[in-house]
Amino acid sequence: MENIAPQLYTLLVFMVIGSVVAVETKNLLSAVISVSAVGFALSVAFLFMGAPDIAITQLVVEVLVLIILIRGTILLDNTAVETHGDTLAVVASLIFFGLLLGFGAMIFGSTGFPEFGEPVMRVSRVYVQTGLPATHAANIVTSVILDFRAYDTLGEATVLFTSVIGALALLRKDGKVRREEVASA
Amino acid sequence: MTVYFMCAVLLMMGLYCLVAKKNIVKKIIGIVIMDYAVNLYLITIGYKNNGVAPIIEKTTSPELLERFVDPLPQALVLTSIVIGLGTLSLMVSMVIRLYEKHGTFDMSQISKLRG
Repeated sequence: MENIAPQLYTLLVFMVIGSVVAVETKNLLSAVISVSAVGFALSVAFLFMGAPDIAITQLVVEVLVLIILIRGTILLDNTAVETHGDTLAVVASLIFFGLLLGFGAMIFGSTGFPEFGEPVMRVSRVYVQTGLPATHAANIVTSVILDFRAYDTLGEATVLFTSVIGALALLRKDGKVRREEVASA
Repeated sequence: MTVYFMCAVLLMMGLYCLVAKKNIVKKIIGIVIMDYAVNLYLITIGYKNNGVAPIIEKTTSPELLERFVDPLPQALVLTSIVIGLGTLSLMVSMVIRLYEKHGTFDMSQISKLRG
């Protein structure tokens, strides 16, 4: 894959357009489907950038996101959104955008921000060189996840467990009934 | 550099959706878009020109090792994607319960109907 810039820009423009549609459309179901289209384009972009593991994970997660969001919206018969034009929010977003660009220029402008296509790879060079002899994993990404940075994965599992426990606690059928509700019934 | 700028544009789109919209599902969609933008930015920062996926085969020569893209952001983004799914499921379950209690997705209505 010599030059991926045209494909990448096409996908990026598609993603920006899809997110504009997702943000501005009035129907919640079409917004959910548009954001899912953005996610699938993201998966293809990962595939172009030499990250097949991420592309597969993104694809699976995207299908799950679509199912979860549709469960959250379609069964609740309120698909129409009333839009409130809020100038303060637009101004706040633009200010944040300016701050982001300004701080980015301040931090990376003097030291030299790495150009697209030339990563720093100070730590990763060690991983690439010693990954196979040290961990016997042919896939360097897997060896980083499960061996070099296994504590990160432990933290991820903790966060995932916590969120699943929270969702289960919120969604369980028979919760405790509050005392005043019992009294009023 | 334009790639990074477009990632920032995507991030701002999600932030605008999160701040400006009154509908809770729209706010969740904004968070999801911001999540995508950050993941895409991290992967683009690790891309190398003429890069190949960091998977070693029997035919891989030492020269090909030099063409590998950065595996470290990929490993961290893999973690981030799964965590995004977990937080999304938590948010959607909260929204479903809020809808059952208040009968609306409108944030201003929900804060009015306190108690």
